[in-house]
Amino acid sequence: MSKQNDTQSHNKRLYVVAGLMSVAALVLLLRAFDLHIFSKDFLQEEGAARHLRTVTLNAHRGMIVDRHGESLAISTPVDSVWVNPSEFESARERWPELARVLEMKVPAIAGKLRNRTEREFVYIDRRINPARAARVKALDIPGVYLQREYRRYYPAGEVTGHIVGFTNIDDKGQEGLELAYDDWLSGKNGSKRVIKDRLGHIVEDVERLKAPQPGKELVLSIDRRIQYLAYRELKAAVQAHGAHSGAAVVLDARTAEVLAMVNQPAFNPNNRSGLRGQLYRNRAVTDVFEPGSTIKPFTIAAALKSGRYQPDTVVDTSPGFYTLGEHMVKDVRNYGPIDLATVIQKSSNVGASRIALSLNPGQFWETFALLGFGAPTGSGYPGESHGTLHDYGSWSAFEQATMSFGYGLSVTPLQLAHAYTVLAHDGRLRPVSFLRIDREQADERSGDAVFTPATLSAVRGMMEGVVSAGGTGKRARIAGYRVAGKTGTVKKPNAAGGYAEDRYIAVFAGMVPASAPRLVMVVMVDEPSRGEYYGGRVAAPVFARVMSGALRLLDIPPDDINNLVDVDAAGGHA
Amino acid sequence: MIDGGSNNQSRTWQRYHLDLPLLIGLFSLALMGLVILYSAGSQNGDLILRQVLRLGVGFAAMFAVAQITPQQLSRWSIWIFGVGTLLLILVLLTGEVGKGAQRWLDLGLVRFQPSEIMKLAVPLMLARFMATSPMPPSFKTVIVGAILIGIPTFLIMKQPDLGTSLLIASSGLFVLLFAGLRWRYVTAVLGAVVVAAPFIWNLLHTYQKNRVLTFLDPERDPLGTGYHIIQSKIAIGSGGLYGKGWLNGTQSHLDFLPERTTDFIFAVASEEFGLLGVLLLLTAYLFIVLRGIYIAIQAQDSFSRLLAGSLTMTFFVYFFVNIAMVSGLLPVVGLPLPLVSYGGTSMVTLLASFGILMSIQTNRKLVAT
Repeated sequence: MSKQNDTQSHNKRLYVVAGLMSVAALVLLLRAFDLHIFSKDFLQEEGAARHLRTVTLNAHRGMIVDRHGESLAISTPVDSVWVNPSEFESARERWPELARVLEMKVPAIAGKLRNRTEREFVYIDRRINPARAARVKALDIPGVYLQREYRRYYPAGEVTGHIVGFTNIDDKGQEGLELAYDDWLSGKNGSKRVIKDRLGHIVEDVERLKAPQPGKELVLSIDRRIQYLAYRELKAAVQAHGAHSGAAVVLDARTAEVLAMVNQPAFNPNNRSGLRGQLYRNRAVTDVFEPGSTIKPFTIAAALKSGRYQPDTVVDTSPGFYTLGEHMVKDVRNYGPIDLATVIQKSSNVGASRIALSLNPGQFWETFALLGFGAPTGSGYPGESHGTLHDYGSWSAFEQATMSFGYGLSVTPLQLAHAYTVLAHDGRLRPVSFLRIDREQADERSGDAVFTPATLSAVRGMMEGVVSAGGTGKRARIAGYRVAGKTGTVKKPNAAGGYAEDRYIAVFAGMVPASAPRLVMVVMVDEPSRGEYYGGRVAAPVFARVMSGALRLLDIPPDDINNLVDVDAAGGHA
Repeated sequence: MIDGGSNNQSRTWQRYHLDLPLLIGLFSLALMGLVILYSAGSQNGDLILRQVLRLGVGFAAMFAVAQITPQQLSRWSIWIFGVGTLLLILVLLTGEVGKGAQRWLDLGLVRFQPSEIMKLAVPLMLARFMATSPMPPSFKTVIVGAILIGIPTFLIMKQPDLGTSLLIASSGLFVLLFAGLRWRYVTAVLGAVVVAAPFIWNLLHTYQKNRVLTFLDPERDPLGTGYHIIQSKIAIGSGGLYGKGWLNGTQSHLDFLPERTTDFIFAVASEEFGLLGVLLLLTAYLFIVLRGIYIAIQAQDSFSRLLAGSLTMTFFVYFFVNIAMVSGLLPVVGLPLPLVSYGGTSMVTLLASFGILMSIQTNRKLVAT
């Protein structure tokens, strides 16, 4: 009986416990319903948020090529190494392996992470070559990732450094044409959705959300061969004369396209570490100077345009100086009565200023303004300087006088070359173009004629005289070609507001072939320090060497076959 | 005559002391476990092979234990308990440290965890002690029983192995409960636990405290201690009604889910087989438990009844705690999902305990008056 009771009481307990157990099982079931049915959407979303990632697909930046398709800037694929600090921290013992592959020191890696442990993305090394990237990937260290990027490479290096400019490490244009045409060159980054595992490895591509759009190719007006010639000759001249700096611009006379533009000192855009900002300056576009005597052809052209002067009009320059108020205008020596051609050939300040003073200031000013002085060239180059051309209403007689021989206004080398294209071709100004255009496009953009054809041919003839055997620019002569040009030797302003007696800018501006000019070139050498400083001695030879090469490269027929030998001899002893 | 065949059959099972329903339940659960493990273990054939091997050893142990009569078990229980306790002390003194806990004893040839012996020794000892004491148990009996439970529990907690000590304590307590422990004692103990909770809290290891805090608020440290449970809940819930399909779980296969072949394997099953899969799994577990309770009710002496009830309920606690922990209902304690999780000795012990149940069931008629 008692045994029976025992059994019953035991069984009662068992039923109670089984009941409790059922309640517990029910709790599990309810929880399963809760998670599987009611929280499903939320939890699935959370799950997706953990493994679905949107990855940026970097777009390829467009190439920059010269007018013949030679590449000046190209993008090559590289990889950057980045880490997720919290994951990376846990694999500290493997840091030396990474350091070895990247050729870094472990403390350097630790330094990059310092104070950034809260972040999820820290670059360790940027733009390593694909082979090394593969080795980093093979290490498979937790928290270390690679990112595909494009590195900009400039095949022409220093030669096109200034004009092309460069991009920053994020592939954005920073200087030069890379900056000016950044929107055109940079593509649109795409994106794709991927499945990543906990360690961030991409396991599977799910879908491509947006295809990356590569940037467009930029075709420059630059001719890489002429660019190289200009670079070489300018660099040689700046070194030979111990000059502070220099710039040279070659324009197509008929379209105002920039065929070459170089500066000294130059820099290599492929390796910019430790370079100073001033090296990046494209002086030909950003730096202004007083153009000095190179402006005189425009003064003469303005005189002819006024109708009060003819090419054979004689101007009396004796005794070689005169005073205007408290200022004195003077020539190197007394040239006596001379015609306009001689004013240019001898570079007479007295002659030029006497002519200027006889002209209407408004018309004189207008002529200069129509030549583009004091205004942008239309090139769109970043940081381009306008130069200065004061309004004639504020001119004193002395200012009107000095304007005629290139003081009291300032120009960039590009502006000066731009103005010379007016004399070189049809008397019209066209906006400067860094992009290749054809003559039709250039003509569509041309302004009204500033000078008549008669004036142009007369002034060009006078400028040929400058480059003749007796002229200041005889070192600009080129065998087989007629050259028209003008030298300038400009005193640099000093701190006191006057002019320094020992610091000069040597300038030469000219065009070839003079019979029907195709090329215009301006050479400017700033502060030659080895004794010679005349434009005719420092700048003109650069012009001659670059232009003779360019004429040959462009296959431009000689227009002075009789002088093939003579010039070489003259060049030899001049 | 119609029943003749089945009678013959049951006699065959009877001869080998095997309980067919229990065996079917265990086999189907083990099979489901292998399917889940194949996915959780990233389709690693070696892993499956080793698990199959362990299951083989486990079922062999079950078969062997089933051949021992309850009377023999009752007789040996004191010795098993005594030796087991000694080994536990030995482990604390000289044991090998693995994963930050001192659980293993190296006997030269074999390495094993004495705590596994105690999983069987404690219910055996308690069942014998209670069965030989007058019913309902007196206060003195309860105190002695509590001490018998307390010693091994304390020793295992010291290793530290919270999960196992929890299982062992509950296996003993279930014996007390089934033996007719007065409800007022139960209430008193529960009350005492509530009162003592702050003191127990101070005794816990820092990592154990963290687990509890994390359980109460997983977002407290989502990348550290809360990480497991957040990832696990996501895996379970994102399975939905039908699951993502075998081998298609993202949380598990993309490596977000930690310990996915062991403690958190339930989350893998939930993600890939959904609510339906979970229901199937729970059905298998509950079927085994119900069969166990049936065996306990059918048992004809106190020792067998107490032992069978205790072993069955401990099995219930085993999977209940694991599932509740993985689905965020309980703090994380290191307990695998029985018969499904990848892992060694505990599976052998567990199957051995079912061997005891089978022995109780098949020796019934022989003992009958």
